[in-house]
Amino acid sequence: MTEPSIKTATLHVRRGTPNEAERYDDFTVPYEDGMSVLDALRWIRTNVDSTLAIRYSCINANACKTCMALVNGEVEYTCIARLKPEVITVEPLPKRSLIRDLVTDIVPEGENL
Amino acid sequence: MAQLSTDVLIVGAGGAGMYAAIAAARRGASVLLLDKGQVGRGGATIMAQMTVAVALGEQEPDSVELHLQDTLNAGRGLCNEQLSLLLCDSGPKRIRELAQWGTRWARENGHIKQEMAPGHSVKRCCYVDFLNTGPAVAATLRREVSGISSIRRISNLAVVDILVRDGRAMGAIALSLVSGEFIPIQSRAVILAAGGLTKLFQRNSASANMGGEAYALALWAGAELVDMEFVQFFPIGHLAPRLVGMDPIMWDPFRYKLGGKLLNGKFEEFIDRYGSRDFGKYNATRDIAAYAILKEAEAGRGTPHGGAYLDFRHLSEFQLRGAFGPVIDRLVTNGIDLTKTPVEVGPMAHYHMGGVRVDTNMQTRIGGLYAAGEAVGGANGANRLSGNALTEAFVFGECAGTCAADQSDKLPSNWDDAGARGSIARFTELRAAHSSGAPTPIALQAELQKLMWEKAGPFRTGDKLSAALERIEQMQRQLPQLKVGTEGRFNLDLQDWFELRAMLTAAAAVVKSALARTESRGAHQREDFPGPDDSFLKNQVLELKKGELASRWVAPVRLQRN
Repeated sequence: MTEPSIKTATLHVRRGTPNEAERYDDFTVPYEDGMSVLDALRWIRTNVDSTLAIRYSCINANACKTCMALVNGEVEYTCIARLKPEVITVEPLPKRSLIRDLVTDIVPEGENL
Repeated sequence: MAQLSTDVLIVGAGGAGMYAAIAAARRGASVLLLDKGQVGRGGATIMAQMTVAVALGEQEPDSVELHLQDTLNAGRGLCNEQLSLLLCDSGPKRIRELAQWGTRWARENGHIKQEMAPGHSVKRCCYVDFLNTGPAVAATLRREVSGISSIRRISNLAVVDILVRDGRAMGAIALSLVSGEFIPIQSRAVILAAGGLTKLFQRNSASANMGGEAYALALWAGAELVDMEFVQFFPIGHLAPRLVGMDPIMWDPFRYKLGGKLLNGKFEEFIDRYGSRDFGKYNATRDIAAYAILKEAEAGRGTPHGGAYLDFRHLSEFQLRGAFGPVIDRLVTNGIDLTKTPVEVGPMAHYHMGGVRVDTNMQTRIGGLYAAGEAVGGANGANRLSGNALTEAFVFGECAGTCAADQSDKLPSNWDDAGARGSIARFTELRAAHSSGAPTPIALQAELQKLMWEKAGPFRTGDKLSAALERIEQMQRQLPQLKVGTEGRFNLDLQDWFELRAMLTAAAAVVKSALARTESRGAHQREDFPGPDDSFLKNQVLELKKGELASRWVAPVRLQRN
């Protein structure tokens, strides 16, 4: 009997705070056609590692514009960046100050505590 | 000891919260506008790609009275008519004010263009092209708010407790997501503008923010809720194929502008079998359409994803592009060619008719505690008309901001250090005790969403609701054992925990109310009690008594009629 082939994607994710040594974690995520990178990040939080810090609000409407990260080196909205069944590197925005994992300070001037 | 101090504290910075901030500031109050996400980018407003219902009378003759009548008809006898009147009467002022501030309402022949929507008797719904109403309005309000120096905005600050002393609000405790610290905030008035509870349901059209926090905070502070059983299930939310970059409720405006046939899994028209006439003109109200789609699916006539087909194959690409321009390209990116394939649609939780019980000043029974926007219960009764939610956000936001500012001006602060310290000590202790463990709060959130969808969703029975309540109460007992982690900076486990705590309280409120209403009316459908029972032409009010939810029935608030 042969196992049905289940497609997966691997997310290679930069972790940590500015005070920690650079570190990447790999997560294997079940893949379905049409999935976004944010879908995969949310799946990881719910099913594997809830400590992964990400920022999003509108889930996939691309209305809130808060879910940006580097996907394979390009700045993308993770909610509309399509996942592929391969290895995908996800890193925080390079020109913003890092808070933790994929979360950077993107809050407009004067809106921080 | 208060770290922040203000006249008016606003919890939630969507459409209602931002409007409230502007209104309070123009009455001379200092304002602190908080959002657990980012100011002006979370909540429901920015997701609203559709329309705003207001009796401008620009497209065709209309009046406040006619809008009110349509709203009351849709509400199935349960509207708080004073709130409905306020919504209809002040709507036009708010739309014109937004236009002055720069919102570009779609126009034709020199007037604001208004479209028909189900349940409205005239063309009343204005919008911003293309499917851009919410983002455009949110941008206008963000710009307006940021230009007012007496409004301080803070993002990533989640209010977790309203502080009340001697029956009057004195401030709040907020969790800073960035640092993980609890922040005491002193204020003379508090406005709950944190939206609805659609996140409680597995299938929903909400952003990630709508976990029912406004309702839970109100209950814990001693205020009352009303009509909590009435969750609106939007009938034609997008199910398949997978679509990203679009709001799942985007198909409604397609149907307003272009028709669009709703077909069952056998490609038959069916709405007319469920008591709604005029099929083809898209006049079925949301409650009937949601019911009809799920009943067809239950009878084995659904689509592969358990919904109905929405079919635009009778239209040409030219017609589609004429009506929706760049949106058609976004669909193509998603592999959807409407001239060739129908899409699958089905009901999803979209809006909450119930909410915080307020008077026409938006004040709760707790002094200085107000609500605004979707957080308010009553204006839409048992079913809301398309387009009334944004109107409500602007009108109730403006009203709450004005009234809270005027009241805060008259009163000294009621602040008390000991009350604030006590609240923070309780949270800190809880956190220290449960830094590890399992499961995670987000796993339990996912379980709660599935439970609510299956047992307290569009079709309810006493048995299903009782099972839901039992599990919700178990989860409430589990709360202290969940993992909240030790990380300080952007600890989402900790934020999830506070969200889950509020979600469970809001879910219990919905389920208890749904159990007690043993009839079917509007958005509340009991399969064991089909059809309305006019002995239930009354509103259900909830409050916490010694930590337990207690319910009672009151007569609906009616207008004096000549």
